[in-house]
Amino acid sequence: MLKNTRTNGLLKTSYRVFGLQNVHPLKFYSSSAAATAVKKIADNISLETHTDIQAAAREQAEERSSAGNDSASNGVGGFTAPNALKHAYQENTGFGTRPIYLDMQATTPTDPRVLDTMLKFYTGLYGNPHSNTHAYGWETNKEIETAREHVAKLINADPKEIVFTSGATESNNMVVKGIARFYKKTKNHIITTRTEHKCVLEAARAMINEGFEVTFLNVNEDGLIDLEDLKKNIRPETCLISVMAVNNEIGVMQPIKEIGEICRKNKIFFHTDAAQAYGKVPLDVDKMNIDLMSISSHKIYGPKGIGALYVRRRPRVRLDPLLSGGGQERGLRSGTLAPPLVAGFGEAARLMKQEYDADVAHITRLSKKLMDNLLALEHTTLNGSSKHRYPGCVNVSFAYVEGESLLMALRDIALSSGSACTSASLEPSYVLHALGKDDALAHSSIRFGIGRFTTEDEVDYVIKAIVERVKYLRELSPLWEMVQEGIDLNSIKWSGH
Amino acid sequence: MSAAPSRGQVLNLYKQFIKNANQFNNYNFKEYFLRRSRESFRANSKIQDPVELAKVYRDAQFDLAVLKRQSIISQLYTFDKLVVEPVAEK
Repeated sequence: MLKNTRTNGLLKTSYRVFGLQNVHPLKFYSSSAAATAVKKIADNISLETHTDIQAAAREQAEERSSAGNDSASNGVGGFTAPNALKHAYQENTGFGTRPIYLDMQATTPTDPRVLDTMLKFYTGLYGNPHSNTHAYGWETNKEIETAREHVAKLINADPKEIVFTSGATESNNMVVKGIARFYKKTKNHIITTRTEHKCVLEAARAMINEGFEVTFLNVNEDGLIDLEDLKKNIRPETCLISVMAVNNEIGVMQPIKEIGEICRKNKIFFHTDAAQAYGKVPLDVDKMNIDLMSISSHKIYGPKGIGALYVRRRPRVRLDPLLSGGGQERGLRSGTLAPPLVAGFGEAARLMKQEYDADVAHITRLSKKLMDNLLALEHTTLNGSSKHRYPGCVNVSFAYVEGESLLMALRDIALSSGSACTSASLEPSYVLHALGKDDALAHSSIRFGIGRFTTEDEVDYVIKAIVERVKYLRELSPLWEMVQEGIDLNSIKWSGH
Repeated sequence: MSAAPSRGQVLNLYKQFIKNANQFNNYNFKEYFLRRSRESFRANSKIQDPVELAKVYRDAQFDLAVLKRQSIISQLYTFDKLVVEPVAEK
């Protein structure tokens, strides 16, 4: 049954693709653009992509309706009855099936204005930006330099200090490995924190194998590092301090300015992983004494597959490149740049600057609404500092509910219990562990990401859905029953097997 | 070119922004551009300086072109409706 519907869908789709070739969309556009009224586009040329879960959902609904008829005759009530949360899933008849996207820390939707900038590189501007001998190279090179300016302006840097990379993971690796390798003759110590993104932690671990010593700073229960602890751990042979600006799981903002001052005073290079912070919180590389900064494009509504590294020129920061080759990007990152991605990234950065006030106001308002409503539930806690945070990332623990089962029940909302990189494993988040949360609480946490394109209706829907389903799942839980009876769960001696 | 736009011209531009934003098939993009169009026109309505007004008007025309192109693309590649979007029963 399932297989059948899928093949039908595929056939339909490929048929539609052929339709595209017959009616040229641009031709259609230019003729309609002349007319003042905006015409609805012909419906035989569009390409529909269905949500993966739709077929499965439909089948399940059918299955249930047949089962529901039986139960209805027993007087229990059919599944279509409104507000009856018979299953953890909610079925909304008369509405669409695609989930609400609320995982903005994993990635963000590409802004249509960014796509508009990128399209011309896929249709005409295909020159290699490093070709110096002809117009095709000059025109793409010019666009790349414009993009570089936009990227630099957002953090008050010089365009020459921006190196384009494939993303923040590459930038982080480049810094941790590159700086350490360049200064290995005189220095052999790196300081970072326990709550960093996996790519910094793993890169640092890789440097241990190359003979470096790495200090992983602890964080307090708010997720913030202790500046005194940082000062204590600085040695004469420390070459790099790497602290992320905004945490990807709990949205906590580290005191970057204060750390920058300490680093500058001790003449140690300061690197910050700003993948989640760039364009979303005010960053100024000069005021904050940042020497290196990793930036990602797809967290700011730009294309995936591109990022940047800010490398200070004065005082000069030197690092060994990861890639050897043609010496592009000041010799730090060889390889031909991808003009569509770079231009898209540049436009995304420009929009982050242009829309900054509107975005902040919108995200703060929705975030406050979401947080207030979720924390009004009993036994829920906000993870991470409530003061030093980026409002677009809300991480909440629902005690006595298993996080993964809540996510399964929330099929109509795209959420995550933590970093996308670790969502495949069932291990509780190491970030929440570092905050001192126990396994149970770490397991029951969910991260909500709010962005530019999130609407108030979506937030209302999410609040309603979460509140209903947390209550439902707790009713199923024997632990919850015990808590309601006033039994202290820690006093129970579970029999071991 | 650089003359300040008349009230009618601005209103006409605003209408076109709303009309084109409504053409988006994607719910989030549609809502975003509707919201931002309303907000920015309201904010810019306070501008008195004719030179600045002319510049804002010129920029807005560029943005409108982007909106026109992208609303068409949004209709070319469509996806299922979101769970918050009502679907008309067929």
